[in-house]
Amino acid sequence: MANGVPAAAGQQSVPRRVISFITRWTTATNHKDIGTLYLCTALLNLFVGGTLALCIRAELFVPGLQFVEPNFFNTLTTMHGLIMLFGFIMPVAVGFANWLIPMMIGAPDMALPRLNNMSFWLLPSATIMLISTLFMDGGAPNFGWTMYAPLSTTYGPPSTDYMIFAVHMLGLSSIMGSINIITTIFTMRAPGMTWMKLPVFVWTWLVTAFLLIGIMPVLAGAVTMMLFDRNFGTSFFDAAGGGDPLLFQHIFWFFGHPEVYVLALPAFGIISQVIPTFSRKPLFGYRTMVAATILIGILSYIVWAHHMFTSGMPYGAQLYFMLATMLIAVPTGMKVFNWITTMFRGSISFETPMLFSIAFVFMFTFAGCTGVMLAVAPADFQYHDSYFVVAHFHYVLVNGLTFAFIAGAYYWYPKFWGRMYNERLGKWHFWLSTISVNVLFFPQHFLGLAGMPRRIPDYALQFVDFNFISSCGAFVFGFSQLIFVYNMITSRRRGEPASDRVWEGAEGLEWTLSSPPPHHSFQTPPKVD
Amino acid sequence: MSEPTRTDKYYIPAPSHWPILCCIALFTFFAGIGRWLHELPSGPWVWLCGVALLIVVLFGWFGTVISENLSGVYNEQVGRSFRSGMKLLILSEIVFFAGFFGGYFFIRLWGIPMLGGEVHPITSVMLWPDFTAQWPLLTNPDNGRFLGATNLGSPWGIPLVNTLLLLTSSFTLTFAHRAMAQGHSASVKVGLIITILLGASFLGLQAHEYIDDYERNNVTLNAGIYGSVFYLLTGFHGFHVLVGVIMITTMLGRALKGHFSRPGDHFALEGVAWYWHFVDVVWVLLFVFVYWL
Repeated sequence: MANGVPAAAGQQSVPRRVISFITRWTTATNHKDIGTLYLCTALLNLFVGGTLALCIRAELFVPGLQFVEPNFFNTLTTMHGLIMLFGFIMPVAVGFANWLIPMMIGAPDMALPRLNNMSFWLLPSATIMLISTLFMDGGAPNFGWTMYAPLSTTYGPPSTDYMIFAVHMLGLSSIMGSINIITTIFTMRAPGMTWMKLPVFVWTWLVTAFLLIGIMPVLAGAVTMMLFDRNFGTSFFDAAGGGDPLLFQHIFWFFGHPEVYVLALPAFGIISQVIPTFSRKPLFGYRTMVAATILIGILSYIVWAHHMFTSGMPYGAQLYFMLATMLIAVPTGMKVFNWITTMFRGSISFETPMLFSIAFVFMFTFAGCTGVMLAVAPADFQYHDSYFVVAHFHYVLVNGLTFAFIAGAYYWYPKFWGRMYNERLGKWHFWLSTISVNVLFFPQHFLGLAGMPRRIPDYALQFVDFNFISSCGAFVFGFSQLIFVYNMITSRRRGEPASDRVWEGAEGLEWTLSSPPPHHSFQTPPKVD
Repeated sequence: MSEPTRTDKYYIPAPSHWPILCCIALFTFFAGIGRWLHELPSGPWVWLCGVALLIVVLFGWFGTVISENLSGVYNEQVGRSFRSGMKLLILSEIVFFAGFFGGYFFIRLWGIPMLGGEVHPITSVMLWPDFTAQWPLLTNPDNGRFLGATNLGSPWGIPLVNTLLLLTSSFTLTFAHRAMAQGHSASVKVGLIITILLGASFLGLQAHEYIDDYERNNVTLNAGIYGSVFYLLTGFHGFHVLVGVIMITTMLGRALKGHFSRPGDHFALEGVAWYWHFVDVVWVLLFVFVYWL
């Protein structure tokens, strides 16, 4: 077995090996084992959520109702959103955190290993409960991942209660995971690993973990109120009893907006590790990078109502939220500037992780620009709830963050498993993904500007062409990801053995360890000068 | 599988089955409540299974940690990690209550005045023209669906007594904590017992107040937004007091068994004390903003 775990005796009988396999992974307290579990679960959920997305795009291939009922279409969009967000992109970030943070700060493991195991296993428990709603009477939740009241309270299907409990478990999982990550960074740094020497990935995760602790309990509170409104006759979100449906939107977006940065910051961290390596230059502006990360973290708490410009807020509030939102473009712009300047006059080589990172910088910047467009309150009245919004956040989440996580997967793959991935397949994966993902989401901007609403199974005839193009891109993009999976699985056995440093320009403690690294990364803390 | 690893600097526990059992317990617990809410006969039983398993896990997991601690394998790094973890847990609890308080102030300072016709008078005219904004809200916009409370108790009765009980208990717990630091084990036990009694009296009075509110004042979950936020805030606070009392009782049990004998080795009591002070501060805010003002 890998990672220095004593190999199970080859002569063991099959049931015994199955039992020891199950025991190993269910009782794991090792940060690498748990990281692997997170990454594999995330990949699985990527394909579950992706299948739902392809069902959506299949239905939208041509106008009219082809495959699904309108109500089931609504459950598709809802479940796609929830699974991708909570089941894929959050766990993939936590998986990298688990693998990398102890190695990067020179620690043997996470600070609270048993809590770490529980954070992980709550995730499949919650995902199973969430997915089980698809098979319940009355169907799965159908009100969009934003769960707005009264769609989710008065009109929600019975399965909504199970979705609420799933969110509770996911919240618990994230909070415990964050507690663990912050504690690890606070208490387990190797001697000499001062704050201003921490790798940027660790910094971004530190801010992310604080963001999670600041928002997940609020989400838990929101869905708890929803549970009470649905079952115990309270009227938090019902104006007839003096409550306010807008209260739900405010609380939800107080969670929802920082959540975007919870997903984005670890991706920024990965990019900040990859680009210097392949540019063979240290990261430009490390201090501004750290400052920008903290600034984004703080600003993300005070901009939530830009998701609610059309809800009848007073003009003063709209103005404030518009300007505060635009302010976020400043630290984000600092980051983009730093990445580009790092590449400037570097001796760049274009291995797969670098290709994905460069694509990330381009497409994420583009997504940021549409974000600034959406932040303009009067313009948002036109864009609101249209495909423009869909295009914007998919550019952020897919073209941006997912690309960053794929870059990270290729970048650290040789370190994690001791074998190189197949570079040729990696390049194929990159070019197919990059072209198809733009074919998929770029036309959706035009659809939105022309007025096509989101979350609709059918559309008017003027939207035919762009929907057709978008769906073609979706299927190519979806199936391209199989190349990635094939590459990851086959290279595990057949890849070239990787050296310890793997990449010529790689800097940091994780590259001083063997590839694959020992089971407990640093038994004795390394000296950092 | 590997044994627990200990170097001079780090302690890494061996693989453990408690976390996954805890996840199974929580899953069963929630699935049970879900079935119960949907009036399936198996609901309460599934829920009870979850609760039972959760209790087993709590005993097993904390028992493991305690025995590891007693056997002396922990070092300074573990202590710092536990303390940091507890502080962050309390931070997340603060955020949890802050969310509810935020909702409370939003309703009281913005939602209700809006319904009463401020800012956009058309809202009131179109929906419930007869509605007048007031707080506490006794007459709801649609008083047929949500019959408002008829009467509210005075903050200077049971709520004031409860405030005094909790504030006193904070002092007695600090007394016990200090006594532990100085090694007076008898004072520790006395302090803990008094704290438990004060906490239990708080819970008793709170239950009495709830029953009174339900039977005489029609302050119910159904009584519109006032009843809703009142029970949400005080209910979750009461639940935290209950958890706190259970934790302090555990500390008393451990003190009686003679744990915490090594100097400086009383993280458990320290963490419980932080938690109890936090619960206290929440109550003071509740008393001021929900009962009094």
